[in-house]
Amino acid sequence: MAADDVKLRVSGLDFYYGPKQSLFGISLQFLTNRITALIGPSGCGKSTFLRTLNRMYETVPHARAEGEILFDNEDLLTMDPVALRRRVGMVFQRPNPFPKSIFDNIAYGLRVNGTHSGAALKEKVEKSLRRAALWDEVKDQLYKSAYALSGGQQQRLCIARALAVDPEVLLLDEPCSALDPIATAKIEELLFSLQDQCTLIIVTHNMQQAARVADFTGFFLLGKLIEYNRTEIIFKTPAMRETEDYITGRFG
Amino acid sequence: MAGIPGPTGRAAATRRAHAFVQGLRSGDTFAHVATLLCAASILLVTVALVHQLFINSTSPIHKFGFRFLTGRTWDPVSGEFGALPFIYGTLVTSALALLVAVPLGVGAAIFLSELAPPRISNAMTFVIELLAAVPSVIYGLLGMFILVPFLRQYGEPFLKRTLGFLPLFQGPMYGVGMLAGGLILAIMVVPFIISLSREILMAVPVEQREAALGLGATKWESTWQVVVPYARIGILASVFLALGRALGETMAVTMVIGNDPRISASLFAPGYSIAAVIANEFTEATGNLYLQALIELGLVLFALTIVINGLARIVIISTAQKGSGH
Amino acid sequence: MLWRNYWRKFVNYFMFSMTGLCALATVGVLFFVLGYLVWHGGSSLSWAFLTHLPTPVGEAGGGMANAIVGTAKLLLLASAFGIPIGFLGGVYLAEFGGRLFPFVIRYTADLLNGVPSIVMGIFAYTIVVLPMKHFSTLAGGLALGVMMIPIAVRSTEEALRTVPLMLREGGLALGASKWRTIATVVVPAARKGIVTGIILDMARVAGETAPLLFTAFSNQFWSPGWNQPTASLPVMVYTYAISPYEDWHKQAWAAGLVLLTLVLVANVAARLFVSGRSAH
Repeated sequence: MAADDVKLRVSGLDFYYGPKQSLFGISLQFLTNRITALIGPSGCGKSTFLRTLNRMYETVPHARAEGEILFDNEDLLTMDPVALRRRVGMVFQRPNPFPKSIFDNIAYGLRVNGTHSGAALKEKVEKSLRRAALWDEVKDQLYKSAYALSGGQQQRLCIARALAVDPEVLLLDEPCSALDPIATAKIEELLFSLQDQCTLIIVTHNMQQAARVADFTGFFLLGKLIEYNRTEIIFKTPAMRETEDYITGRFG
Repeated sequence: MAGIPGPTGRAAATRRAHAFVQGLRSGDTFAHVATLLCAASILLVTVALVHQLFINSTSPIHKFGFRFLTGRTWDPVSGEFGALPFIYGTLVTSALALLVAVPLGVGAAIFLSELAPPRISNAMTFVIELLAAVPSVIYGLLGMFILVPFLRQYGEPFLKRTLGFLPLFQGPMYGVGMLAGGLILAIMVVPFIISLSREILMAVPVEQREAALGLGATKWESTWQVVVPYARIGILASVFLALGRALGETMAVTMVIGNDPRISASLFAPGYSIAAVIANEFTEATGNLYLQALIELGLVLFALTIVINGLARIVIISTAQKGSGH
Repeated sequence: MLWRNYWRKFVNYFMFSMTGLCALATVGVLFFVLGYLVWHGGSSLSWAFLTHLPTPVGEAGGGMANAIVGTAKLLLLASAFGIPIGFLGGVYLAEFGGRLFPFVIRYTADLLNGVPSIVMGIFAYTIVVLPMKHFSTLAGGLALGVMMIPIAVRSTEEALRTVPLMLREGGLALGASKWRTIATVVVPAARKGIVTGIILDMARVAGETAPLLFTAFSNQFWSPGWNQPTASLPVMVYTYAISPYEDWHKQAWAAGLVLLTLVLVANVAARLFVSGRSAH
């Protein structure tokens, strides 16, 4: 797959919580194996948008999405959500490891998706932990509870857990907001290293993080996508005045 | 376009169709249905219960109609079945129980929620909740062999000497009787009242107490004049729940109440409660009418407790929704 | 003015002392109950008592082995259908369902909890004993099991509700279906609360006498199978207590001690289980 192929194509996406509309006509394309950041002030809809990409909103009654999202030319909104989520993984804002051992956390996704043999599991767990740059720190305590890890380690564990099922796309919803700067730096390094295996979409309220990490950036405001372009353009020469106001800190 | 809920059009219908098939394949639909059926079993049981109670009391309903509830005679031999003595006994013992248990229980709850340091409060509450788990028949044992002799030798003579001018405390003193029934019920119901009231009191916002104390009230004044009134509806509801519990208590009551279907003014007199008579006479009931009369009594008891509990729960739900005791 | 303040202070101390006495009195009752039971029942308690069958009045050496086994069988039967149904119902209320139907179920479950146990006994009587024309362990088990269901539903639901939404989403995001997430993530996360609820449920039902009086009835001997009347601890306490025989009174105390010990141990264990060891 060439790096400039479109992985996810969103066209005219509207989103409603009951009668209240929170996303208005979002259209954009995510390119394969690129990192895209979504920025905007609190409540602008960027997290809501992210959660449409793996249909996580379906846990909320009366939430619905309308419009079209093509995932490799498949209709994302009607495909089997279980199959979708195996291919589109998610890392949440606060680390949410299961109350199981480190090993079982990573193995969970594998077991659910059909891997049962002990040897295969061990191999894949180690591979995921290495990809998440956590292997060296936990290889001697794989069977201890995941809650024994620090916040930053737990979040990397959640990333490893998401990576274990080899997703094509990884959605990250403000993954560093609960972490200290050192843990944040580690995770940003990690994102670079994941890029060639995975398309990454990261929601962040930290503009510097977007500037550091992302190839493309989208700016959301009040449920609309105001501007979407290569990161340098957004930050240096934004086309829309709202974008410029946000970047320069005039609001948000 | 605000105000139009729900997806419309073909796209939405396609989505629903897909979701349905996916649900079947993943097993989610099956899980949903299976768990729903289990939850619905509650409704099934309730309906079946009411149904069985009704169809198995057709004879006395047919024969007595509402006279069943007002009849004073319970005479299986002559086929005359009136429930009033049992209703009377049930209500009197329950009322007496509440009269004793509510001040005691709310008082203890106030202590545990407002004054006691947290560790003592939690430890005592732990013990009190254990009391609520003690089986009724154990309380009956204590009632029969400790409370009743005590009442007969000391308690009732004392009451007769001091308050004997009241018809409540006149007549022969057997020990067993409505007084014993009421007291044992009180002991059984107190832990319940304490536990519920304590939770309700602890849920009163700190700001209320602080407002009173800030105006120079003593702790007691703040408690009695601000906190308790704030919580009064919740406490009332818990009293109702306790009443529902008292109405249905069987074993302890039947072991101390004397089991005599009589209506007397005196608390010293033996009486009978609905649950007690069912417990005692069910296996000895000869003939269809007798048995069905007992079942109809069960229906009366069921209705009583459902109404009282139902009202109490509605009160609790509505106060919880409003967020405060008002 | 000063006098009035002294009065208010006095009222303060006095009222709080009074309420403290109320609490102390209530707590004292438990110790009194326990103490008396141990004193009175302990003397009649012996290994023979726990392993022998009842003997006719006047003969020494009677026991309540059949009552212990009977209670165990009744509990087993009641739990066998009461717990799974209650558990799954609780799962429904916490994980599926909308607004109205779960509300109705919850409300009805709470009402059903408040129905006197003797009425449940009548219910089991009309459904099992009448058609079968005799008392049986089956009938007793049904009465107790039906009582267990609403309790198990509510306690399971409350335990499941304490599991944070993020944990569920974590499971779903990995491609697990909803039921799979519930079974492998949510329920294990809530297992302490669920188990505690079940233990308390069983303890509550083990002590019930009234529903057994005309379902399982009683039995002087062993009760093989499920089809015959059976002795049970609570019924035995009751029957012996109201009898006119001093010897049987003693046995009633002993049986009461055994019953109370079982119930209290289960309660204490369950509550300590849930409060201690809160780390995973």
